[in-house]
Amino acid sequence: MLLHTVNKSPFEKNSLDTCLRLSAPGSCILLIEDGVYAALAGGAFAAQLQDGMRARKLYAIDADLQARGLDPAGLIDGVEVIDYRGFVELATRCDQVQSWF
Amino acid sequence: MKFAIVVNEGPYTHQASDSAYHFARAALEGGHAIYRVFFYHDGVHNGTRLASPPQDERDVVNRWSKLAAEHDIDLVVCVAAAQRRGIVDAAEKKRHAKDADNIAPGFRISGLGQLIEAGIRADRLMAFGD
Repeated sequence: MLLHTVNKSPFEKNSLDTCLRLSAPGSCILLIEDGVYAALAGGAFAAQLQDGMRARKLYAIDADLQARGLDPAGLIDGVEVIDYRGFVELATRCDQVQSWF
Repeated sequence: MKFAIVVNEGPYTHQASDSAYHFARAALEGGHAIYRVFFYHDGVHNGTRLASPPQDERDVVNRWSKLAAEHDIDLVVCVAAAQRRGIVDAAEKKRHAKDADNIAPGFRISGLGQLIEAGIRADRLMAFGD
């Protein structure tokens, strides 16, 4: 199983789109830095993300949400909010890590 | 588990150096090891000791130096990227006849092979940057 990280906002770059297109079903996707903007419920990329989440598990870093004033309660259902310890744990649990910029 | 980290972005640009640092700290606190941190492209700017950020702000360069000293971490700056961007150690100063060097404590300048080797030796290679 692969862990994919996405660190760019979908409003800025198409990294998330590429990640969703190329990641295998069953993968984990972790939104970090500006990547967390994608997880906003009702956002322009919510539908695409929810579609991808039917076969993938989605995570977001709490500190990156907080730094941007985003409330975890306002995220798409099913996005798990984790801290850096959780990031490390996720990286150990997955066989490889692919970063999308 | 052994982690290798590559930082491709300069400090204070977006957030790559911060994310990499926080990941490294969390990994160490979780009982894991950091095999090497490799600074590539604009990431080499993480390795200048001449940076003087405001005192009430995080000190990105110094933070790496301290982490390396505390946990004996190998901080490697890519030589080709460093030459282009003016990151110089004592050997590079001599080799290129410069009047100064600026490498921060705990950092060393070496080749891209160090990144490849880190990718092979570590259990996971984590990339942060642009």
